[in-house]
Amino acid sequence: MKEEKNMKGISRRRFIKGVGTGIVGSYVMLPTMKDSEAKITKSPKDEVLESVRTETLETTINGRKVKSKVEPRTTLADFLRDYLELTGTKVVCNHGECGGCSVILDGRAVYSCMLLALDANGKEVITIEGLMSGENLHPLQQAFIEHDGLQCGFCTPGQIMAAYALLKKFPNPTDEQIMTGMSGNLCRCAAYPNIIKSVRGAAKKMNS
Amino acid sequence: MKNFEYIQPGSLNAVSTLSKEKFVSSHLFAGGTDVLGLMKDNIISPDRLINLKNLPNMDKIVYKKGEGISIGTLVKISDIAENEDIMNHFTALAQAAGEVASPQLRNVGTLGGNICQRPRCWYFRGEFDCIRKGGGICYAYEGENKFHCIVGGGPCYIVHPSDTAVALTALNASIKIHSNGTMKEIPIREFFILPEDDPMKENILEPGEAITEIFIPELETGKKSAYIKLKERDVWDFMTVSIAAVADVSGSLINNVELAFGGTAPKPWYDENINKVFINSKISDLETNVKKIFNDSELLSKNKYKLQLIRNLTKRILNNFSA
Repeated sequence: MKEEKNMKGISRRRFIKGVGTGIVGSYVMLPTMKDSEAKITKSPKDEVLESVRTETLETTINGRKVKSKVEPRTTLADFLRDYLELTGTKVVCNHGECGGCSVILDGRAVYSCMLLALDANGKEVITIEGLMSGENLHPLQQAFIEHDGLQCGFCTPGQIMAAYALLKKFPNPTDEQIMTGMSGNLCRCAAYPNIIKSVRGAAKKMNS
Repeated sequence: MKNFEYIQPGSLNAVSTLSKEKFVSSHLFAGGTDVLGLMKDNIISPDRLINLKNLPNMDKIVYKKGEGISIGTLVKISDIAENEDIMNHFTALAQAAGEVASPQLRNVGTLGGNICQRPRCWYFRGEFDCIRKGGGICYAYEGENKFHCIVGGGPCYIVHPSDTAVALTALNASIKIHSNGTMKEIPIREFFILPEDDPMKENILEPGEAITEIFIPELETGKKSAYIKLKERDVWDFMTVSIAAVADVSGSLINNVELAFGGTAPKPWYDENINKVFINSKISDLETNVKKIFNDSELLSKNKYKLQLIRNLTKRILNNFSA
């Protein structure tokens, strides 16, 4: 990946992360950091000690080829958020119990927090960011707005990705198929009735 | 989670060699949904993960009519739940696979991994130095033991968490294991072990060994199979108790039956004496007959309800066969 650091356009997230690693990094990391490695991606995670193991990951994220060095312990969720700054994917429980981090891996919904980034090698990942076409929302995203399929909205990216996989498999799902397909995604606001309506509404729109 | 070496061996022999190497703690890694959970909770911190997913020919389902079905260890749980041959001929396994975790985990988890997953006991998963982690006592014995075992316990009182293992036990499956260059086949009814044999393991696998395939023999004519799981939530939960049955029921007569129980013991529970209670018995006598099973249970302070639950579940599954 190409490194383009525009200091004026630095985001709040990048700034906080930069300060955080800066404090530790100035004592521990910088003396042994290799310049060549630091340039590979944008993430401070790549500014690693030479002794730390890294592997090369080549994958396709939202249709774009991505090549990066990662530590084996990096989960796909961390890779998406911290390396690629695709922060639409939410890490909530980080234990594969809530569904907030759901993404599509080779056509199937998976929890990206319970998957090593290296296991996406050679595969195709779709995240919530990959659903929009230009400025236009995907029918599923539109349906969640129209049917009020959320309250606080934190689980919504995961809900939509689970629904995306569900509608790929069953374009005309029965209510039972919707409930089974969405069963791996928790909503603490309990917006479930409207989530089901949203999925049903999106299916109708996508088939028309 | 500490960093580790992620190795992609090209052969089973390499898996054996790598996992037995001295001074390096290794762990086999397939779907990884359980292993990553254990690592995130610091239950295990291996130096090396050995990825099995790229090994060839271990992700196939091959059904031969009249013989049985062979399921590769790397077959995904969701593919088992939706496989026509398994649904039609080994219904209990398809039903059990459909009850595993959530769609996202079924899409990643493998059959071999599912039967080898570690227990869900909250003391084992939590920050307790319990027997299963090499400590001195079982905290569940006098603690919070609502979900713990009613038979086969001591000195540790876990229940085995796998749904598919219960179905495979009733179906009399066998497990093919690659062991340091040679293959061996073990009946699943002898694969799992009790805490009294070794409280730190749930099965007989040793370092250097890996499951390659699970084989289920074709059921005899007239026999059908089923799986029922009770859980506190409707979906996405481990069993409170569960049951798998392979039965030949004609009308109101149970000609033959093999039962396996989940959520009741540290391994999928199979007991010939339980089967004998129901073989050649009448459906109408189920009410009295179920009182004859699990009478030797060691009930803990908070899991007494499981006895009634497992007896009722036995009644329900056998009733379903006659309906």
